[in-house]
Amino acid sequence: MNAYMPYVLCLVLFCIGIFAILSKKNIIKIILGIIIAEYAVNLFLVMVAYKAGGRAAIFSPNRGEILPEVMVDPLPHALVLTSIVIGLATTAFMIALAIRLYGKYGTFDITRMRELRG
Amino acid sequence: MIELYVLLGLMIAGAVIAVEVKNLLSAVVAVGVVGLGLSVVFLLLKAPDVALTQLVVEIAAVILLIRATLHRDIASKFLGNRPFGAFVAFIFLVLTTYAGVLIFKSGMPPFGEPLMAVSRFYPLNALEGTGAMNVVTSVILDYRAYDTLGEATVLFTAVVGVLTVMRKMGRKKDLQENDE
Repeated sequence: MNAYMPYVLCLVLFCIGIFAILSKKNIIKIILGIIIAEYAVNLFLVMVAYKAGGRAAIFSPNRGEILPEVMVDPLPHALVLTSIVIGLATTAFMIALAIRLYGKYGTFDITRMRELRG
Repeated sequence: MIELYVLLGLMIAGAVIAVEVKNLLSAVVAVGVVGLGLSVVFLLLKAPDVALTQLVVEIAAVILLIRATLHRDIASKFLGNRPFGAFVAFIFLVLTTYAGVLIFKSGMPPFGEPLMAVSRFYPLNALEGTGAMNVVTSVILDYRAYDTLGEATVLFTAVVGVLTVMRKMGRKKDLQENDE
């Protein structure tokens, strides 16, 4: 099981985020939970790409000859790059909604926002 | 890889503090610890491009979150938990852990041995195909450029959404009085 230990720690991080989303009343705490879960997913994808003893996926004449066979997987890196930026955009939108909700209801407590009751 | 475990432990501790601390500003700072630790972990995992992006994005996110929590007198008011939500969270966590164990047992490649079935193409052909020294750059800006175009569209949509939600003009009078 030791070979999967980083994945397990990543799963723990994800579970902390999910717990915050599902059990907190404060809307800022819920946003923090979403951010943490998102970090965990990004981390998992980069971990999948890691090769033991690998080099970064950059060809450089100054560092000597780097063979493509020793490079880490570059494809998840490119996709995670996109995911991080989109995560910032959604976070900014969530924070804007939270600030507006505070302006309307005077609280961050989601159980006291009557019109959001489902 | 002991430093990876140390950093992951730091991130988990930061996440627990961020979720459980009563002061909202402290929670935001703890999330900053998680994000910056994540940036260093990306460096250790040989992903320098992702580490740089994560650093910038983390700083921007912390600034935005502080903007949301600062100047609010309730920053230190503890609001408590939803008991039913905690129950649902517990069930969800048990199911997630079970699914994770199933995935680990069902032949997922161990840490440090990527599959690289499709993506072997990129390091082998990126230099000749695109002329970019950085393989990640060649993937983002050449092989999957439409993906980056979609990312820019999402960013633009988010900016428009934030500007619409936070606008001052064109609102009703009573809404303007409550704001700030």
